[in-house]
Amino acid sequence: MPEPLLELDGIARGFPGVLANDDISFSVGQGEIHALLGENGAGKSTLVKIIYGVLRPDAGAMTLRGKPFAPHRPSEARAEGIGMIFQHFSLFEALTVAENIALGMAPELAKGDLRSRIVEVSTRYGLRLDPDLMVGDLSVGQRQRVEIVRCLLQDPQLIIMDEPTSVLTPQEVETLFETLRRLAGEGCSILYISHKLEEIRALCDHATILRGGKVVATCTPGEETARSLAEMMLGESLSPPATDRRTPGEVRLRLDGLSMASDTQFGTDLEDIGLEVRSGEIVGIAGVAGNGQTLLMSALIGEARAGRPDAIRLDGRPIGHLPPQGRRKAGICFVPEERLGHAAVPDMSLTENVILSARMRKNLSRSSFLNLPRAARYAGDVVARFGVKTAGVDRTARSLSGGNLQKFVVGREIMQEPSVLVASQPTWGVDAGAAAFIQEALIQLAKDGAAVLVISQDLDELFAIGDRIAVIANGRLSAADPVDSLTIEQIGLRMGGRVRGRADAPAAAEPAHA
Amino acid sequence: MELAVNILLGIVIAATPLVFAAIGELAVEKSGVLNLGVEGMMIVGAIAGFSVTIQTGNYLAGVAAALVAGALMALLFGVLTQTLLANQVATGLALTMFGLGLAALWGQDYSGKAAGNFPKLDIPVLSDLPLVGKLLFGQDYLVYLSILLVVGVSWFFRKTRGGLIIRAIGENHDAAHAIGYPVVFYRYLALLFGGACAGLGGAYLSVVQTPFWAEGMTAGRGWIALALVVFAAWRPGRALLGAYLFGGITILQLHSQGFGVNVEAQYLSMLPYLATVAVLVIIASDRLKVKLNAPACLAQHFRAAT
Amino acid sequence: MLRLEPRREPSKAMQVLTPVFAVALTILAGLVLFTILGKDPFRAIWLIFFEPLTQTYALAELTVKGTPLILIGAGLAMGFRAGVWNIGAEGQFVAGALAGGSVALALHETAGLWIMPLMCIAGIAGGMAWAAVPAFLRTRFNANEILTSLMLVYVAILLLSALVHGPLRDPEGLNFPESRLFSESMTLPILIEGTRAHAGFVLALLAIAVAWLFMERHLLGFQIKVQGQAPPAARFAGYSEKRIVWLCLLTSGGLAGLAGTFEAAGPVGQLVPALPIGYGFTAIIVAFLGRLHPFGILLGGLLMALTYIGGEAAQIAMSLPSATTRVFQGMLLFFLLAMDVLVGSRIRWVPRQAAG
Repeated sequence: MPEPLLELDGIARGFPGVLANDDISFSVGQGEIHALLGENGAGKSTLVKIIYGVLRPDAGAMTLRGKPFAPHRPSEARAEGIGMIFQHFSLFEALTVAENIALGMAPELAKGDLRSRIVEVSTRYGLRLDPDLMVGDLSVGQRQRVEIVRCLLQDPQLIIMDEPTSVLTPQEVETLFETLRRLAGEGCSILYISHKLEEIRALCDHATILRGGKVVATCTPGEETARSLAEMMLGESLSPPATDRRTPGEVRLRLDGLSMASDTQFGTDLEDIGLEVRSGEIVGIAGVAGNGQTLLMSALIGEARAGRPDAIRLDGRPIGHLPPQGRRKAGICFVPEERLGHAAVPDMSLTENVILSARMRKNLSRSSFLNLPRAARYAGDVVARFGVKTAGVDRTARSLSGGNLQKFVVGREIMQEPSVLVASQPTWGVDAGAAAFIQEALIQLAKDGAAVLVISQDLDELFAIGDRIAVIANGRLSAADPVDSLTIEQIGLRMGGRVRGRADAPAAAEPAHA
Repeated sequence: MELAVNILLGIVIAATPLVFAAIGELAVEKSGVLNLGVEGMMIVGAIAGFSVTIQTGNYLAGVAAALVAGALMALLFGVLTQTLLANQVATGLALTMFGLGLAALWGQDYSGKAAGNFPKLDIPVLSDLPLVGKLLFGQDYLVYLSILLVVGVSWFFRKTRGGLIIRAIGENHDAAHAIGYPVVFYRYLALLFGGACAGLGGAYLSVVQTPFWAEGMTAGRGWIALALVVFAAWRPGRALLGAYLFGGITILQLHSQGFGVNVEAQYLSMLPYLATVAVLVIIASDRLKVKLNAPACLAQHFRAAT
Repeated sequence: MLRLEPRREPSKAMQVLTPVFAVALTILAGLVLFTILGKDPFRAIWLIFFEPLTQTYALAELTVKGTPLILIGAGLAMGFRAGVWNIGAEGQFVAGALAGGSVALALHETAGLWIMPLMCIAGIAGGMAWAAVPAFLRTRFNANEILTSLMLVYVAILLLSALVHGPLRDPEGLNFPESRLFSESMTLPILIEGTRAHAGFVLALLAIAVAWLFMERHLLGFQIKVQGQAPPAARFAGYSEKRIVWLCLLTSGGLAGLAGTFEAAGPVGQLVPALPIGYGFTAIIVAFLGRLHPFGILLGGLLMALTYIGGEAAQIAMSLPSATTRVFQGMLLFFLLAMDVLVGSRIRWVPRQAAG
């Protein structure tokens, strides 16, 4: 065991109603890659915020190189040689790479010729970066490089990485791991936060496993199996979703030549998207965030309208010109990625929130007046069938936990018995129990004859529930191939933008931002 | 020629209050806060500056009073929106209504009084040059201050770390908080600066331009300043340009009867307001441009994540 | 130290209580203000807030001043709920008065029961037309309706002044800038003999009832609320933002225009340059004071009317400056906004060390 660099002793931190960290103790050695493993809500994020000085603990103490360490703000942690790569990057899109990096450094360090130092460090670690580009114009992978370079410029002794690979292609993950191993070899410690078991087994020397805010186990990941790690993390064994393949029926959803220009500053345009989803099958769309998924979803919902009605067909009928309500009436329902604020109005009750998308198919209004009793009944049905934990349908959407709200939103759509369901990131950020429940519900819906399209960045999920997988990269969609015929590596190559073309678009697209 | 110089002089004087108010609000909006109370801060600055100038006979004291009064009004806005998380639009409206009432109350004994002539720059020879002398070297000191302020704010946002931090906070307050910048603190600073500038703009009206006090004398200039910030696409130099453009319209309206335009005075008085609407339409219709330049967090709540 | 902690559910009790707290704090601040001004603070507060409630005439006046505030406030609140910030109701009020008044002046030699309804329709149309400009500019050019609607206030007031100085001036008058007096068919029927309480108040009450039904039970009201609270959710549901913007601006403009016609055809009885006295702005306070809820707006409108009447009484009795009322109104809105934090958060005392 190498010399301990950072030691935590009995750290505790509470928030109204929850104890996010409860008596947490562990240590990170010099040059060690230490995993902090736990599912959503286990208290990982709170803990790293304490180490980085964003939050302060209610109890407990830390030592760094044997000396007491209690940072009051991130700049103090940085001064002590601690760097942090955030899960949701702390970057400013409208500022340049150099400006972003300067902001994350102590003023003394940011002086002088920062640009040439950026170029120097980024070349040394093979993380090529142009300091004068706007961050908004960079791909997600490149943005992560900005964060890493910012960290490295401060000669860190400990780098904290919060779920760094969730936004990367498998190949980018490999490159990242090489960089991290090299840093560890140079004596830099890394605290690596994740819930991805294979990654942790491949990369980390030690692991501390959190559950419900407590340390429940420590181990050497290389000596464990993914299954044993999962059981430590979840405290129970979960059966994977049943994967018996269904026989697909007729085509229910058909996209053909769907192109659309993004109306946001740093958005990706959709180019000539084509796809068929049949009754009884689940088709997955994989891809790194920011490759056009958001626009594709709003094109499908009808928030942004495609030029040609027949770019989107439902059971053969053109619906590309229809507004969202018209599409729902025709039989297609949607689960958008952002549950709070997009799929549901935070401060409205569950009753009001079912009116949002189920008014048409569930007759929740009569001659433009709301039928509130009926809406309350439907909300109650969703809560009951999907096991949503809430004190009542008059509670606001905001008051529900992430997993419960997601179950409610998915349930609200599924119980409308749509012929096509489109779901974006249906299990993103929810606990394992809710995720499994939602995946089961999607599979059941397909079994009952619906066509299901799932847009997700979670490859494991797509492989677990999908029948076919297509990849979206730089606004273009690859062919959807059967899951059995695909490997993670093939998907990864397509995610990097090397699209194996559809019949009518054979030319390989340029890599996104090479 | 003499007339042209007089018109130009008039434009400068009409534009300067707008320059002060707009440059202050620009800094506030850069930090991601929308303070719609410019009109209220201006009018309170106007009466504070005027009353203190009359009482003390000292212009510097008057200007200082206007700065402080404007900043205090902005502080009120800050407490409500930054600390108590009140809606920025509603609070800005409240600030304007409160300011108009407060100024009227404060100013009831000052109606009809007049301040003397504000000191002007007087450089031997240069100020006496024909035509350009008065224009370039014979203005009152506040005109030069307003231009220096624009240059200074522009430099601050482009070249200094403080400016970079404020831009970053306006762009993404959550990220700024995550890497350790005290978002609310910087926003208070920007607000105080904006309030002081608006106060000064008001005092320019009452102490230099007219120079007397009349209830409601700002007559919508605070709102025009807000429109100027949009017109300027949040760039200080363009705000200056916009203010002078509006100064031009105001003077045009004053002189148009002299040019033989035979329209009722009320219709001419509508010009600056209609011009503001026109400017907003022209700028705003280019959606991408507005999006590109507007601080991304403008008028959004910031609550430190736990 | 004190720390604000977000509540999981907004407190329903606080939603009702905060306006009451705000009024109480305003009265407290008023006591301080009057002491500073060297006036008897308790007498002033009594005159402003309580004395009018003891007199029939003042109660009738409450409905006179309350009518425009309630009508405009109900319309504005609808927009505020949708995130449509029409702050130019004062201009729409003037445009409505001009339109309704012009109808009256054009028909000054005729009589009949049909004239008043026609004036009301013209007034509503005038207010709508004035509000249609910001609606069009926002939906077509994305121009901020706060600034455009406000700029049009100045334009409307100048237009009124130009017209009563010119074409609408009373030809038989003494060259004063004012129109003819409206005849009996052009003035609103009086509710209580000997007072100025007019039939407009009944319509204001009706408007409140309709507004409640619309906002709480009608699909469009629901769409307005969704649009205001979560625009992405409104897009998800398929609600058209443009339609909501038009709806809110036209409704609030129409109600403000109706209020303008009532003012001209009621207490004033003619068109004068001084017709607009700030109801359009005070109604913004009314809307917030009433928590953007129709019933709240009814109470808020009456309360603000009270400060007008009491303020005038106190002006006369204690020679208070006329601006006092406006300072009061401004303070009330401040306290209300400050108190609002209690709806979504609770204040807790936490030891300094842990809170940091």
